[in-house]
Amino acid sequence: MSWIDIGSIDDVPVRGARVVKTAQGCVAVFRTAADEVFAMSDTCPHKAGPLSEGIVHGHKVTCPLHNWVFSLETGEAQGADDGRVPTYPVRIDAGRILLDGAELAKRTAA
Amino acid sequence: MTQKLVVIGAGMASGRAIEHLVETAPDAYEITLFGTEPRGNYNRIMLSPVLSGEKTYEEIVTHDADWYATHGVTCRFGETVTGIDRARKVVLSAGGETPYDKLLIASGSNPFIIPMPGHDLDGVLAYRDLDDTYAMMKAAEKPGAKAVVIGGGLLGLEAAAGLKMRGMDVTVVHLMGHLMERQLDEAAGYLLRKELVGRGINVLCSSNSKEILGEDGKVRALLLDNGTELPCDILVMAVGIRPNTALAKEAELAVGRGIHVDDQMVTSDPDILSVGECVEHDGAIFGLVAPLYDQAKIVAKTLLGEAAAFAPKQTSTKLKVTGVDLFSAGDFAEGDDREDIVFRDPARGVYKRLVLQDNRIIGAVMYGDTADGNWFFGLMKDGTDVSDMRETLIFGPAYQGGAAADPMAAVAALPADAEICGCNGVCKGQIVEAIQGGATTLEDVRAQTKASGSCGTCTGLVEQVLAVTLGDDFVLPTAKPVCTCTDLTHEDVRRLIKSQELKSQPAVWQELGWTTPNGCHVCRPAINFYLLADWPLEYQDDPQSRFVNERNHANIQKDGTYSVVPRMWGGITTAAELRAIADAADKYNVPTVKVTGGQRIDLLGVKKEDLPRMWADLNAAGMVSGHAYTKGLRTVKTCVGTDHCRFGTQDSTGLGIKLEKRLWGSWTPHKVKMAVSGCPRNCAESTCKDVGIICVDSGYEVGVAGAAGMDLKETEALAKATTEQEAIDMTVAFVQLYRENARYLDRPYKWVDKVGLDWVKARVVDDVENRMALVARFDLSQTVYQKDPWAERADAKTQRAWSALADLTLEAAE
Repeated sequence: MSWIDIGSIDDVPVRGARVVKTAQGCVAVFRTAADEVFAMSDTCPHKAGPLSEGIVHGHKVTCPLHNWVFSLETGEAQGADDGRVPTYPVRIDAGRILLDGAELAKRTAA
Repeated sequence: MTQKLVVIGAGMASGRAIEHLVETAPDAYEITLFGTEPRGNYNRIMLSPVLSGEKTYEEIVTHDADWYATHGVTCRFGETVTGIDRARKVVLSAGGETPYDKLLIASGSNPFIIPMPGHDLDGVLAYRDLDDTYAMMKAAEKPGAKAVVIGGGLLGLEAAAGLKMRGMDVTVVHLMGHLMERQLDEAAGYLLRKELVGRGINVLCSSNSKEILGEDGKVRALLLDNGTELPCDILVMAVGIRPNTALAKEAELAVGRGIHVDDQMVTSDPDILSVGECVEHDGAIFGLVAPLYDQAKIVAKTLLGEAAAFAPKQTSTKLKVTGVDLFSAGDFAEGDDREDIVFRDPARGVYKRLVLQDNRIIGAVMYGDTADGNWFFGLMKDGTDVSDMRETLIFGPAYQGGAAADPMAAVAALPADAEICGCNGVCKGQIVEAIQGGATTLEDVRAQTKASGSCGTCTGLVEQVLAVTLGDDFVLPTAKPVCTCTDLTHEDVRRLIKSQELKSQPAVWQELGWTTPNGCHVCRPAINFYLLADWPLEYQDDPQSRFVNERNHANIQKDGTYSVVPRMWGGITTAAELRAIADAADKYNVPTVKVTGGQRIDLLGVKKEDLPRMWADLNAAGMVSGHAYTKGLRTVKTCVGTDHCRFGTQDSTGLGIKLEKRLWGSWTPHKVKMAVSGCPRNCAESTCKDVGIICVDSGYEVGVAGAAGMDLKETEALAKATTEQEAIDMTVAFVQLYRENARYLDRPYKWVDKVGLDWVKARVVDDVENRMALVARFDLSQTVYQKDPWAERADAKTQRAWSALADLTLEAAE
């Protein structure tokens, strides 16, 4: 694990998301109504819609392009749709959002 | 060690086979998939609803490139395999050689094109894939376009019905004496023909085509051998398919009509398997989806070394033309040793015929009422002796054993192994099992069993199985709830928000018993709108409950970029504004600049992070957001009216600008488009708008509830206003009444259709006091919401919020 400080929790809207640019594409960082954070690829496996622009509800996000719904916890598509979005370890420490750089690097190398 | 599997052909059969493989043993094979079409796998049997406009391509995609990627399948879409070298176990294509341990040929079939003179003219189409469908849709765009369809079989008739629905003038030319002669007898064929002729389709049976006539290389007409010329812009040939065996033949595999396969779907080469419409099994070839799905299962098992054998089952047929109810199964030719049971009800257009041999049903044809089709099909497949129920057999299962007639009885009487969904081979037992396992809705059943998930014609049956199995617990959904978070309808929610004075989303979720913590993408935008419309001063609009376009104040495009549309009041602009727009287009590298149908300029392809700066630039030139992305007032289209036009009766441009300045920025249940025409020549096309005003000498005719989108509808006369002010008041009051009462995502025409125009007139026209109260409530809301979203967001804070939170690309590169 090598935690990278990517910003303050206040920079992400409640029930919203922001993106972090990485070498292998954008990662969406979500903030739920209960102030939990989740990180996963910003790219919907269906038609590459930007998941960070979706509506966040509970522990789920709905892709803005065709309404696929994904679990923020597992990245799994919900309901009848079939697909998975890669997720990344992320945590909050003293109001700062920390993303696991080692995991990002690992995926890049793979 | 992982073996290499190469699959040739990305169609429904190979898609299903790969699905089985990766589900059962994801690591058994490293799969490479070649497909000639430059796209993934879609539900080919649903092309007809796409053609008729009842579905879109996006809705029929089953596996796209991303699905394959997720499951580790290497896709080579758009790349045609040119040969197979069996000795070296490689396939050849433009990309070079690809080695295989096992090869699966799923090359499908080719449409048969009758080699008559002119068959290679431009405009002669087959009906096979999405490109054919799009070509037909394109041809139908031309007003008054004519189509000739050769072939009155399943595919030809679906094409004809679809083209007719698209507005084309359609003639079907069929060689045989009646339509669908392979599935229907003469009587059913007659009823079908009557239905199609009733829809305005010209049907010519017993007609032989002689030659396709052309002009400048393009099809012009079809010449029949009796000398008749049928003029046409396109000619669709739907006369059958032939297995595509070219590759297999060249590779010297055993090939007859199709590629020979054994019960394990293995060809004459033990390392090469084949599946789908390209195969020949035991002398038979296959064109319907059900046996192909069965084959796909067997292929997957064989590849995984499991014992399995393909045994073709009898199949039944339904025609996918909305409003035509038709069922056919088995053999219904007449014969000395055969008996018929026939039922007719001419007034209802119902015809049923069972063909019996040795007291067993061997064929069934039904038209107009097919509810008992699956029960007959079950008796037929099982070879049930029907002598005991012969007298009442034709009336269906409800009449067997003296039970009273009950619409559910037919389904209740079906045995567990009766097939409900032919496409996916799902029988009643599997559905019942899913229900007993907790499925309570059609969606649940579809998700768990795939029943009704392909062509959808069995949806009603699946619902009946639900009703029979769940008993009183299942209520056929008549009043549709907002979403799965609640049982309440939109109307209930609106009423309760007002009566219980619910003024926040958490209040709605709590008081109305939402089943989810904070709603979902369906209910949140609706509730957000209801709250802001009913409590403009108390409720705080929630951007996180808005669809991306309304949150970002720009229209998202399929590639994630946005479009920017500055407002042009009544379509009026100036040289200075145009210069500022041109400058913005240059500065932000806008790839596409388009004039819209609402008299605006659309700048497409803008990156999200550029939006705030671009808005600031346009603001500086005096322009504000055109709200081209909102459920709100879009545009007021105008003609030049008395300013310039010699026919103009009133200042239509001026009225349009006044309306737009009054109404812009307001949120509505769905988008609202208006127009003002200066005279009845109606150059601003007012008669298909949500509100359309036509100026006449004596005043203003205010029309409402028009439509020119999914539906086409002329406006209805709301009232005649004598002064401009009265026209404005009525328009504003109508919009406010719509805001207060319509359900979210209903355009005004849908709402007016539900409440009735008289109800609207009573409140907006007849009761002047109520009209002015509506106007006052609208104006109050505008004190909060009539603000330019661009100006509010042209600051550094928005600039930051619209950009990435962090950029790690540099760090990762180090």
